[in-house]
Amino acid sequence: MTETLPGAAIPNPTDEAAITAAVDQAVAAIAGAATLDELKAVRLAHTGEKSPLSLANRVIGKLPKDQKAIAGKLMGASRGRVNKALADRTAELEAENDARILLEETVDVTAAPRRRRTGARHPLSTLQDRVADIFVGMGWEIAEGPEVESEWFNFDALNFKPDHPAREMQDTFFVEPPEAHLLMRTHTSPVQVRSMLERELPIYVLCPGKVFRTDELDATHTPVFHQFEGLAIDRKLSMADLRGTLEHFARQMFGDEAQIRLRPNYFPFTEPSAELDIWHPGAKGGPRWIEWGGCGMVNPNVLRAAGIDPDVYSGFAFGMGIERTLMFRNEVGDMRDMIEGDVRFSEHFGMEI
Amino acid sequence: MRIPLSWLREFAEVPAGATAEDVMAELVKVGFEEEDVHRPTDTLQGPIVVGQVLSLVKEPQTNGKIINWCQVRVVPEGQEQTLTGEGIDPSGVQGIICGAHNFVEGDKVVVTLPGAVLPGDFHISARKTYGHLSAGMIASVRELGIGEDHDGILVLSRIGLDPEIGTDAMELLGLYDQAAEINVTPDRGYAFSIRGVAREYAHATGTTFTDPGSRVQAPAELSGGYGVKINDDAPIYGKPGCDRFVARTVRGVDAARPTPAWMSSRLRLAGIRSISLPVDISNYVMLELGQPLHFYDQDKLSGEIVVRRAVTGEKLATLDGKERSLDPEDLLITDASGPIGIAGVMGGAATEVSDATSTVLIEAAHFEEVSIARSRRRHKLPSEASKRFERGVDWHVAGIAAQRAVDLLVELAGGTADEAGTDAGTAPDSATIDLPAAFAAARIGIDFTDEQIVTSLEDLGAAVVKNDGGWSVTAPSWRHDLETKEDLSEEIARLVGYDKIPATLPVAPPGRGLTRVQQQRRRLIQALADAGLTEVLSYPFVSKAANDTFGVPEQGAGRTAVKLANPISEEQGFLRTSILPGLIEVAKRNHSRGFRDLALFESGLVFLPAEGMGTDSIPPLGAKPSEEVLDGLYDGVPAQPFHLAAVLTGHDSPAAAGHSPRIWDWADALDIARLAGDVLGVEIVAGQGSHQAFHPGRAAQLSLRTGEVVGYAGELHPKLLAASDMPARSVALEINADALFDAAPDVIVARHISTFPVATQDVALVVPAEVPADEVLAALREGAGELLEDVALFDVYAGKGIEEGKKSLAFGLRFRADDRTLTADEASAARESAVALAAERFGAVQR
Repeated sequence: MTETLPGAAIPNPTDEAAITAAVDQAVAAIAGAATLDELKAVRLAHTGEKSPLSLANRVIGKLPKDQKAIAGKLMGASRGRVNKALADRTAELEAENDARILLEETVDVTAAPRRRRTGARHPLSTLQDRVADIFVGMGWEIAEGPEVESEWFNFDALNFKPDHPAREMQDTFFVEPPEAHLLMRTHTSPVQVRSMLERELPIYVLCPGKVFRTDELDATHTPVFHQFEGLAIDRKLSMADLRGTLEHFARQMFGDEAQIRLRPNYFPFTEPSAELDIWHPGAKGGPRWIEWGGCGMVNPNVLRAAGIDPDVYSGFAFGMGIERTLMFRNEVGDMRDMIEGDVRFSEHFGMEI
Repeated sequence: MRIPLSWLREFAEVPAGATAEDVMAELVKVGFEEEDVHRPTDTLQGPIVVGQVLSLVKEPQTNGKIINWCQVRVVPEGQEQTLTGEGIDPSGVQGIICGAHNFVEGDKVVVTLPGAVLPGDFHISARKTYGHLSAGMIASVRELGIGEDHDGILVLSRIGLDPEIGTDAMELLGLYDQAAEINVTPDRGYAFSIRGVAREYAHATGTTFTDPGSRVQAPAELSGGYGVKINDDAPIYGKPGCDRFVARTVRGVDAARPTPAWMSSRLRLAGIRSISLPVDISNYVMLELGQPLHFYDQDKLSGEIVVRRAVTGEKLATLDGKERSLDPEDLLITDASGPIGIAGVMGGAATEVSDATSTVLIEAAHFEEVSIARSRRRHKLPSEASKRFERGVDWHVAGIAAQRAVDLLVELAGGTADEAGTDAGTAPDSATIDLPAAFAAARIGIDFTDEQIVTSLEDLGAAVVKNDGGWSVTAPSWRHDLETKEDLSEEIARLVGYDKIPATLPVAPPGRGLTRVQQQRRRLIQALADAGLTEVLSYPFVSKAANDTFGVPEQGAGRTAVKLANPISEEQGFLRTSILPGLIEVAKRNHSRGFRDLALFESGLVFLPAEGMGTDSIPPLGAKPSEEVLDGLYDGVPAQPFHLAAVLTGHDSPAAAGHSPRIWDWADALDIARLAGDVLGVEIVAGQGSHQAFHPGRAAQLSLRTGEVVGYAGELHPKLLAASDMPARSVALEINADALFDAAPDVIVARHISTFPVATQDVALVVPAEVPADEVLAALREGAGELLEDVALFDVYAGKGIEEGKKSLAFGLRFRADDRTLTADEASAARESAVALAAERFGAVQR
């Protein structure tokens, strides 16, 4: 195409055939340009100052008046065709170019690095929150207390007689000097006593927290573990209310199929007392009842210790181990995994439970 | 408590085919938890038969040992051997090699035949040994799993047996029996007996109970027996230490006779070792009736028995061979020679029954619970007797148990009982409990019928009399735990069945949700986890040295910590005053397990004792203490603030293609501390810190705007890291989170958002190297006035172009007005004013 240009005859701007031929030639060249650079060259050749169409256009001014209009009209339309072809081809080639650049920027997304460390909650802490949320949803409140506690709150207020074997069964850590009557709480029940002393009646509280017993660490024992205890004090509460509350909680925790069972037991602070079992359909080795905690109707002596009249108010209480719950709910086989702090244990759970 | 089933069957209707598991499944319904099963046949299988040694040839071996080549008849002469199998000789005579030498020809022994299995999964088979085919084993008690004695084989005549040859030795020795082990709660002492458990089994199954006591014909009254005086001049809680002492004499006893197999088998299944016939009888009666007994060699007693408290300085050599110093609170059995036993706990060595004893004095006494519990604790002497007395023994069973022991000594030991006997003491008043008609139903939530109530209580052994508003109930003499109407309600519910209790859901009054602090605590923990840290838990038990290192620096080694009276380990005998020692241990553990890049945090209480913590005494149970006493109890509990701590070591993230992780440094510790403040809306001010656990130049003391110090953050001290095998440059922080919670704003007042353009100006200031950047920044902020929107440090430079001992700090300042577009002059003026204050305070010079 280009070789035809230098010295090529200037087409007559009134010669429709010649002009159309030049336009066709330009349009063909435009369509044939494969890159934006080629297109630039084509543009110069066919619309530049020396291009046949430009030259033809320049001739118009010298034409007689009657031919000027004809030539003007012809040339206008012709140049319009060429310009449109140019613009279209430019857009096409630019789009192709953009797409190619993006394609060239492709990365292997599967090789993306994790730039940030992923943190984790300890599952005991996550589980404790979940339990608390269930009770808060029922209108209960969460009560807390100290871990080093007065012996009175831990034992006497809970109707543990000074020389009764039940008191020894708690395997208590005592604080020096023993005459100061301080100990590490063996259960979260002292928080129940504090709640009864400090709160307005009726009382519906859950007391989660750390407790301490002088057990050596092994696969099923640890000297430091966590409990949550519930306490309800109101007019006319019965053991049926206790069962209903526990059933509701068990279903929130383990699904609508969850079942509970109460068995007679003994605790100084409740009368009647019961052991709470939960039916665990997914237990390792087949479905079975799993011992989950203790419960009962608050002993009148416990109410008296808090200045509550047992003839007007009654109450129920229950307590479960969080470690134990985690062990059977999440199949933790060894207590030591929970307390050694191996990051693999927490990180496996992440933020969930 | 272990219950041999054969024994239980004597008094309760246990189905013939029932296993220990079946029995436990019934007992759990009435409140006895399953503990274990003891069943010899789980590890022992026949054929195990009685054999007679026909001949015994001693064959010396090259190793110097002599072994016996024995021919043992295991089928009566003239009868066919009905057993078949490899190694069973059809002749009925087995050739057996035996290394023991405590038997002779003619002895009847226990032969484990080929095919038998002994404890330890030891399979008996015919095998070649010492040049013979030894087809079986002559067993010792140890091999059978029924005793510890392995000196020799079991010669049946020595345990008083002369069975027919070929008798099933497992049957003979009670090895087909089994025991259910249940857990007895401390309120139910009566269930430490076959009598008590059989009664409960009947409750659980609705079957008939036969009282073992009803089979004993005890005389209605006793007199003229051995002299006994009860003389307790210092009762505890006003209750006499002894309120009954039955003494019976049996003469002409042959104490060396063997204990019959049925008795030793039951004792063994019950977990009691056979000692001698008299001792076994006393244990047997205790297990059957729940009454601990003590037997004296009456010929070794001098003068009448006096039950009294000890006198300071008195001593007693107890049965276990130890000399014990007695406490004036100890209740003693004494005679003219002095103490001969600690009542209900352990007898004395001097008056002990031996094989030579011929006259036995039986003691069946009733001792008060607390007195026994204290003596047992004081002398660290837990015994089967003290266990029962502490939990309460039936006052009325003492005479019956004494008679049962008399009968057994007569029957088994060939003794003759004295007609005369002693029964000192008086029965305690039996209390009656008022049970209003509707009470049990209201407490349990079951609409009990009158019949259910009355029948349940009568089944227990209580006397029930109808009164105006309900019933008047007298508890049975063995149920000391039944004192209140609540106790009776439990019994009624227990017998009717806890599974009958319906479920109703009580509705709590409108709650207030989590408290502010509870929410803050959760937010704090979640924020650290979200920031990439891993939450762990550690024990609060630490050494004194750890507390000294991590305590607040002002107190240093002089700080106090709560000390445990009975720690698990003496080295870690204190409660933490900082979370870091435990957290560093956890970091070390992870490090040793191959995890080099760690970011750990823990939150929890630390324990800060004050002078005079605790209270000298504690108020009694069952009554609300006065406000003053309560205040004392509250105030006596040491402060236990909630702390947050973190330890970072190694890299901040995992290395990966296209990602170079950064090594954690001191600034990360500070950054996390600031994050903790940020999520609570509390500004944490960092100042150059000094703390013995931290690098002296790379630690920040963290404070609130008020100046209150709330913690430390920075690089741990290199020496401390080296001493605890931690990687160099590990960093840490610890904050008193409670102080942050307190400081959190109640209401945050909104700020006006100006939409006028911002004017930014940078300034570089040269200040002495030791001037903290944060303070220069504060001066700029103050000096710039209210047009300043924000100021940030973006560069710190020292070196070429900066005078020695100085540094250049570059700050970016953003100015904006609320009501207009600032002119360049206004912004510059504000900047100059900021610089002027920095110059005034620190001699800052603009570069």
